[in-house]
Amino acid sequence: MKPAPFDYFRPQTVEEALKALGDHGEAARVLAGGQSLVAMLNMRLAQPALVVDIGRLSALDRIAVEGDRLMVGAAVTQAMLERWPGLAEQAPLLAAALPWVGHFQTRNRGTVCGSIAHADPSAELPLCLAVLGGEVVLRSFRGRRTVAAARFFTGTLTTLRRADELIEAVRFPLKRPRAGYAFRELGLRHGDFAICAVGAVAEGEHLRIGIGGVSDRPVVRELGALGNEALDDALNELAWDLGAADDVHATATYRRGLVRNLGRQAIEEARSCRS
Amino acid sequence: MPVLKAGERHTVSFTLNGREVSGLAEPRLLLSDFLRHELGASGTHVGCEHGVCGACTIRIDGLATRACLMLAVQVEGHRVDTVEGLADADGTLGELQAAFRRNHALQCGFCTSGILMSASHWLETDPAPDEQAVRRMLSGHLCRCTGYGGIVKAVMEVAANRRRDKKGGDV
Repeated sequence: MKPAPFDYFRPQTVEEALKALGDHGEAARVLAGGQSLVAMLNMRLAQPALVVDIGRLSALDRIAVEGDRLMVGAAVTQAMLERWPGLAEQAPLLAAALPWVGHFQTRNRGTVCGSIAHADPSAELPLCLAVLGGEVVLRSFRGRRTVAAARFFTGTLTTLRRADELIEAVRFPLKRPRAGYAFRELGLRHGDFAICAVGAVAEGEHLRIGIGGVSDRPVVRELGALGNEALDDALNELAWDLGAADDVHATATYRRGLVRNLGRQAIEEARSCRS
Repeated sequence: MPVLKAGERHTVSFTLNGREVSGLAEPRLLLSDFLRHELGASGTHVGCEHGVCGACTIRIDGLATRACLMLAVQVEGHRVDTVEGLADADGTLGELQAAFRRNHALQCGFCTSGILMSASHWLETDPAPDEQAVRRMLSGHLCRCTGYGGIVKAVMEVAANRRRDKKGGDV
């Protein structure tokens, strides 16, 4: 449970960080809060030749409203976002989901963008980004590109990020008028990996739902405007479409049950808090 | 900053419990091991080494953090507080430690230093917690002896004492 040897670099500027990533490609890994990466290093699931520590780059620790989106920079911790004034009013889904992200003790260092980069299938922040229709800003020495969350997550711990790219920021759409948001999760303990997590958005009569922890990435489905019975059918169909598998934590049958039940609860709450 | 080479030991300087300290660390050395083996501060315990059990929790610039999920070289120039800093120099237990003792909040003690450091930060963020909030904070720690009841009681007691002291104008 000790990391394999690596070189360590703490760049003074974003440009220096991008150059290091460009020079080393696959052999380099970005360290921000380290709450996923250092665990991976300890277990030797990751064995980079170079670790690039961006955690102190003040250019990356900004949270800002940009138009109808909330921009969260690469060095912003989950705790910083949790304490951001106005989060509950402007990004209610994030306010509901953040207390479920790891524990108090890991949110103090773990970054929002780091969770997106790690892309654990059961992680709450990738689910939020996906169900809200957010985007990821990737930057390399070659330039910037923006990728929609719907395309960014490609499977368990894999994303469209290229080896020389840094996730510079993510952008979460802000609360929309006449919309309600809700989050539900079940894990073995509060803060453990989700066996099933659900984010729901009710905008007017239109319903959208996202499920984490069941497939290899967050899955979002537009449900449209549905009555009660049709909603039960739609959730059941979704539960079967996710390809749930048995594992040490839960059976596939149990997971499908969670999708139906937590899905129903989240949608009812999202409907009831539309404003 | 130059690249710190693998396999070489580099000087790391920071403030530990109010004192300036420094030691030598390879880039791959975890902060938990650095504290224990290089600096002899063995009050920080090491359990799972992947951030789950909470035994190694310390405070970095005031924030409760897993020492096993940080590299020693990352704390250069930062303030680090560990369980060794909670008691007075003469060994008199700190407020949280005394409450843990009164409420039988520990048995084997392996998880205790981490929980103390978590609680010391967390009570600053939530001075008037209810039991559910305390239990939520404790979800970041594993204790296999106590069943958590005594720990919850001790933390609630410290919070209540601090609020009373504040009202009385003593503090």
